[in-house]
Amino acid sequence: MTQQQVLQEYLLRLADSDMILGQRLSELTGKAPAVEEELAVMNVALDLVGQARNWYEYAAELIDDGRDADKLVFLRDAHDYRNLLMVEQPNDDYAVTMARQFFFDVWHYFTMKSLVNASDERVANIAAKAVKEATYHLRRSSEWVKRMGDGTEESHRRIQDAFNLLWRFTGELVTPDEIDHAMFKAGIGPDPEQLKQDWFGMVREVAAQATLTTGEEDAWMYMGGKRGEHTEHLGHILAVMQFLPRAYPDATTW
Amino acid sequence: MYAQMVDTGTKRLKTLEEMSPEERDFQEKVDAETKIEAKNWMPDGYRKTLVRQISQHAHSEIVGMLPEGNWVTRAPTLKRKLQLMAKIQDEAGHGLYLYSAMETLGADRDEEIQKLHDGKAKYSSIFNYPTLNWADMGAVGWLVDGAAIVNQVVLQRTSYGPYSRAMVRICKEESFHQRQGYQILLDMMREGTQEQKDMVQDAINRLWWPALMMFGPHDDESPNSQQSMVWKIKRKSNDELRQMFIDQTIPQLEFLGCTVPDPDLKWNEESGHYDFGEINWKEFYDVLKGDGPCNHERISTRRKAIDEGAWVREAAVAYAAKQKQRAAKAA
Repeated sequence: MTQQQVLQEYLLRLADSDMILGQRLSELTGKAPAVEEELAVMNVALDLVGQARNWYEYAAELIDDGRDADKLVFLRDAHDYRNLLMVEQPNDDYAVTMARQFFFDVWHYFTMKSLVNASDERVANIAAKAVKEATYHLRRSSEWVKRMGDGTEESHRRIQDAFNLLWRFTGELVTPDEIDHAMFKAGIGPDPEQLKQDWFGMVREVAAQATLTTGEEDAWMYMGGKRGEHTEHLGHILAVMQFLPRAYPDATTW
Repeated sequence: MYAQMVDTGTKRLKTLEEMSPEERDFQEKVDAETKIEAKNWMPDGYRKTLVRQISQHAHSEIVGMLPEGNWVTRAPTLKRKLQLMAKIQDEAGHGLYLYSAMETLGADRDEEIQKLHDGKAKYSSIFNYPTLNWADMGAVGWLVDGAAIVNQVVLQRTSYGPYSRAMVRICKEESFHQRQGYQILLDMMREGTQEQKDMVQDAINRLWWPALMMFGPHDDESPNSQQSMVWKIKRKSNDELRQMFIDQTIPQLEFLGCTVPDPDLKWNEESGHYDFGEINWKEFYDVLKGDGPCNHERISTRRKAIDEGAWVREAAVAYAAKQKQRAAKAA
């Protein structure tokens, strides 16, 4: 892979994770546990899809095969998606929604924070805006994890179950592959070792405050999203999300 | 306009002479266009009418997110998805803002929401219709937000201060939504395939009459309107507002190159307004009573969200109480 192909691949990972989580959150329209949460959920979803668009646009320019950001979103099949498995997991109850958000937000925050200093100016600029949003997202999901963990008996049980359920998808967030290493070497991506330390540090700290336990670092981990091997959920997400452009391929404008 | 048939609890209007000194003072303020504020004395009926109207309006914003939620996951481009998400977010904001305005009248948000879920409170009948193709997202923005604006622009001058101020802010965002909705339809009509054009016409066919129903019954069938007009909660009658909406919408419809399913619709040179056919009032009252295509789904979705979210809200309360206790201990 050339340096540019590595960057394209990395950009698609960032874009796809943002996009799929934004899609999952938008499924909650009208179904959040309070009106304030309707507002907050849609706000986060909007930020994520907005960030996804920025990454896709850059990726499309580099790929330069005639596909624009929309085509990357609406006309790639699951095996070409590069999102983390975590973000494609179903919303389930609000504890699962929030645990998924929290695990992602910690990863997202530290990744964006690092990308602000990327040697690639375009990446640094996109990250500069994204890190502000990611900071708010992380503050919000951390607060909810604490409220649930240290709230009632029921909320504690639910968020602990959610932590247990989703733990197997956390490995992918902090286990670097050749792309991650190459991006770090190129002065763009975060230091994988540092990211891992930061992620566990923050997750353990919040979990402790929330009176929750986390899984082991060396637990079995379900990975594959970053290379296009997904859980069964992604195909269904795409079937919904891509319905119109697929059903009406002759339509050039919407 | 998300309030239809708001009960004022009055059988006939009082004359100034029949009023108590407080009532007279209140009515004179209203007549002089002085805004009534939360701390001011107000007749019980005025307060109750406003709570009903504002809560109906707030419920409509929240229930109204559901037909859009039906398509936000299937929006066909990033731009359209982001626009629709922003619109939904605005609506949640309007709901919150209106519930707050309602609470200035001493009402409780949770109690009013419970009434909605028990079928005792209404929301706009329009949201009981399904959104069946993508063009509905354009038609809802154009027609439904459009109808809402016609009413809400007038409500900016409503006599109750907090409601009036809420309307000023909400109108700005609704106008934006309406333009976006129209643009969705216009783009499909101008540059779309035949299938897309058919979607647009189909959406208009289904939503036209329900949009006209948003203005409520005929004036002579609207027993509560008169009292609301005297209190200046309402400023224009249902039929006046409906006519305004039709007059401003038909040129836009023609510009789209579409039609509405009303053979009686035609320009009346003499009156300077469009004539139009009779609304199917049986359908209107059926939908209001609960027998519309989506009444059941809308309310059960809302009830489920709030019921299943109870533990989340309880957790937040319990956590806040613990934090407070800890802070007290530390101090």
